[in-house]
Amino acid sequence: MPEKYHIKTSHVLPRLPRIGKCGIVDWREDCARCHNCVKKACVYDKYREENTFIRDLDEVHTLYYECMGCFSCVQNCTKNLLTLALNSEYQKLGNEYWTPQILSTTWLEAETGKVPVSGAGYRGKFSGPGFDSMWTDMSEIVRPTRDGIHGREYISTSVDIGKKPSFLNFQNNKLETVLPPLISIPFPVIFDMSSEKHTLPVLEPCIIETAKQTGLIAIIDSKKWKSIKLHNIEQYLKNIAFFLSPDGPQIPKEILDKTRLVEIPDNKNIEQQIASIKKNHPGIIIAVRIFMDEKVVKRVDELSRIDIEAIHLVADLNGNEINAKNPRFMKEIIREVHECLIKNEKRDEITLIAGGGIGLSEHVAKAIICGADLVSMNLPLLIAIECRLCESCRPGDYCPAKLETEIDLQYGGGRMTNLIGAWHWQLVELMGAMGMREVRRLRGDVGRAMFKDEIEEEIYGPIFRK
Amino acid sequence: MGRSLENKINLEEILPCNTFKTRVPQVEVEKNIKPAPSRYRNEIAKYLIYRDEEKCIMCGTCVKTCTKGVHVLKKGYKLFATSLSYTCNGFVCEKTENFCVAKCPNGALRLIKNPMMEVMGDFRWTSDMILATWRMAETGEILPEDSDFVYETGDSGGGFDRIRIVFPDKPAKVDSDEIDISLELNRRNDGRPKIKIDVPWYGGGMSFGSISNVTQLAKVRAATAWNTFSCTGEGGYMERLRPYDDHMITQVATGLFGVREETIQRVPIVEFKYAQGAKPGLGGHLLGTKNTPAVAKMREAVQGIPLFSPFPFHSVYSIEDHMKHIDWIKHINPRALISTKVSTPTDVDMVAVGSYYAGTHIIHIDGGYGGTGAAPDIAKKNIAMPIDYAIPKVHNFLSAEGVRDAVVLIASGGIRNYYDIAKAICLGADGVVVGTAELVALCCLRCSRCESGKGCPRGIATTNPELASQVTIEWGTQRIINLYNAWSIGLKDILRRLELKTIKELRGRTDLLIHLDISKKQN
Ligand code: SF4
Ligand code: SF4
Ligand code: SF4
Ligand code: SF4
Ligand SMILES: [Zn+2]
Repeated sequence: MPEKYHIKTSHVLPRLPRIGKCGIVDWREDCARCHNCVKKACVYDKYREENTFIRDLDEVHTLYYECMGCFSCVQNCTKNLLTLALNSEYQKLGNEYWTPQILSTTWLEAETGKVPVSGAGYRGKFSGPGFDSMWTDMSEIVRPTRDGIHGREYISTSVDIGKKPSFLNFQNNKLETVLPPLISIPFPVIFDMSSEKHTLPVLEPCIIETAKQTGLIAIIDSKKWKSIKLHNIEQYLKNIAFFLSPDGPQIPKEILDKTRLVEIPDNKNIEQQIASIKKNHPGIIIAVRIFMDEKVVKRVDELSRIDIEAIHLVADLNGNEINAKNPRFMKEIIREVHECLIKNEKRDEITLIAGGGIGLSEHVAKAIICGADLVSMNLPLLIAIECRLCESCRPGDYCPAKLETEIDLQYGGGRMTNLIGAWHWQLVELMGAMGMREVRRLRGDVGRAMFKDEIEEEIYGPIFRK
Repeated sequence: MGRSLENKINLEEILPCNTFKTRVPQVEVEKNIKPAPSRYRNEIAKYLIYRDEEKCIMCGTCVKTCTKGVHVLKKGYKLFATSLSYTCNGFVCEKTENFCVAKCPNGALRLIKNPMMEVMGDFRWTSDMILATWRMAETGEILPEDSDFVYETGDSGGGFDRIRIVFPDKPAKVDSDEIDISLELNRRNDGRPKIKIDVPWYGGGMSFGSISNVTQLAKVRAATAWNTFSCTGEGGYMERLRPYDDHMITQVATGLFGVREETIQRVPIVEFKYAQGAKPGLGGHLLGTKNTPAVAKMREAVQGIPLFSPFPFHSVYSIEDHMKHIDWIKHINPRALISTKVSTPTDVDMVAVGSYYAGTHIIHIDGGYGGTGAAPDIAKKNIAMPIDYAIPKVHNFLSAEGVRDAVVLIASGGIRNYYDIAKAICLGADGVVVGTAELVALCCLRCSRCESGKGCPRGIATTNPELASQVTIEWGTQRIINLYNAWSIGLKDILRRLELKTIKELRGRTDLLIHLDISKKQN
């Protein structure tokens, strides 16, 4: 059995006040100054914490940040002077894909490193676009395994990057096949480069630190390499994969040789390029970065006929097909690419990494069920350090999350590591429910999921379409 | 049911003698319907009516015109008392002759929708649905026809929320009093009691620990009044519940907390909990802070540590194992019916059939979107099939196997009101289990903080004595009795409009339903 994967998490407080969904509006004029004001009775002590009412009754103040929305004070106030209102700041967070809900979940995970838990059942939409139109399965009475949340069996979340030869050659009892390099990482996520849209904070040191803490890999643009300030950089190289920009500087051989993975953008001369990198660095695995656009399946089909180890499929930041009029969501594209590789009998020889719209832990499981070996993500790391995705980040602009300056490694690395810790436990929860012991076996196992369109047609079709 | 059971059967013949020795006298609860107003000082109003004191000439027109008694001008007073906004009918009034805003000679009145409605509720339980449920629990009546609360469906955009019942334009006359909504729970003809409940629903399992003992008692007392059942959940069997033994289901869950032969012998129904919808495939989890001394004692555990019930039963890996479990319970309690509670995996239909062959009387399928206790958000949202799909899947499979009429199919996991009950039955269930709705009757507003710290700030899902003291047993019992009454009126009304005389005839009548996104559009 492999060593148990354990991410050390610890509480890392936010730098800024938390942005809650609701706040209290308080009409003071008629206040009777009750001795036993309901505000003192807030179970969460929010009034006292926010330090307003008790000290200075007359100071006009509306509470916005941390009310838990229990309505107790509203319903008990002697003069009915309190109202709960939606926090407009909360509603403005993110965009239609990166919803306020995703942001606040991410913040909670980054702060605590724990699985978000709540009572009172599910509160959301029945289903939705993107990954929200799938449910994962569970196994009932008969089930092969159960994980270690209760200290029992271990659920492995490790995946491999690299080629797995479909057969081995032996000659005189000696292995003839030269085994290609293979990387094993303990969790099916790697960190992608920051998007051009969100350039303000200098994230690389925190991301690299997180990669080291979690045993994962961060893709770093070779153009940025020189400017990264990290003490004792050598010790991080195992957790770095360079993206070799065509117009970027050469990475010195002694540095590149200590890394395990590089990424190159897809291009016409890809075969020669791969050959030349392989010649200089035989131990390194090469991933080809391809955009999920209309031609992606065709291109994967071509690439699978040459000697290629890993493909990194990238959708836009919202998980959608790039440059398409009616973009498909990444889950559809992953399914097609996966099937194309199966058809070409190359599925185990090419590692599929999918990225773009991975925003929550459940997306990791769902993308893998659709056929990816692992996923890449970046925005959640940025959100972990309280970014609000306001998209006004250009150097010199005002950043509401105060990310213009350098980010403290303990804070940034801590929050990002917590996030991965929380994601890891959640993936284990999903797999435990499915009765699966290894995430490797989840790849492309669409039988472990229910797709809304399919199940609705299967069950409701005969009932309602008569 | 205490009464009916004892009349029909000689209890001493079917109860194991040791049970009879320890049996305590059973308590009856009167099914009186009487008002049980909110326990909060301020009602939450859907609409707010504002009066500009400077413009008001105190003519009293508004007082006379409003049929809802919103404007209060007490005799001898020079000023209006605070408007009873919460009874206001809102913009529905605009179309009537009685709209105070229009009638006011000096334009002193203004009507707005309360902005708090946006904060309250969620996609499954909208603010309208919460307020309507509060109202039903207060009055025991369904909402008047002119009310503008939309509570037939939530706003989730799928499943039940997109399904509608289609009523004939001019239904033949059926007298509501003649309509029978009772449900038999034993279809096996195995000599065990033919238990019949007066309404096609019973209360879900919520353990002491996840809810207060007052809440638990209110639930079972209402169930007693209505001759139906409540369930202990998996937290053990409180002594205080014993006067209601005849209306209890006790749970044998994976943790076996507080389960003893003697507790199994107390009750008419024993339920195996394999899984639960809120966290399908995951075990139960009680946070350490909620494991108070009282809880620890009940569960025979150590105070303050988090309690996990494992998943699954570590002794059940096949239907044959399941059968052994059932045989064991049947042997310990020869009068008990067996219920098997499972969640909704893709092969829920196979599980159900297997469970039938293993000897269960009731198959209880619990879908992913319901639940009351603390659960990981990721599980609530993503794992397992919504009950909206699982019901017809199981119903059809049981029918195809030819065993549909030998077993009772109970559905839960998101059943919010009597419309949902009717839809679930049309899709193929015999009856349902409800949970959240009972808590909402006690003024829960689904803030979802049940898990945090001391637990529910509204005193419902908490074991903190101070918080729990906000609810009294009398009031809580009455609220749930009232809600049940409103539901039974509502459900009978649905049957009446469908020209049906019994709830049995509704089962599987998918022809009475349309799905707004799938059914062919009628002109
Ligand atoms: S609504 Fe509840 S949580 Fe919010 S301030 Fe009032 S008492 Fe506190
Ligand atoms: S009708 Fe208008 S003016 Fe007359 S009492 Fe009412 S608010 Fe005042
Ligand atoms: S709007 Fe109608 S119900 Fe509301 S206060 Fe005016 S008259 Fe009464
Ligand atoms: S904490 Fe909130 S959701 Fe939970 S029972 Fe109490 S009022 Fe209801
Ligand atoms: Zn276990």
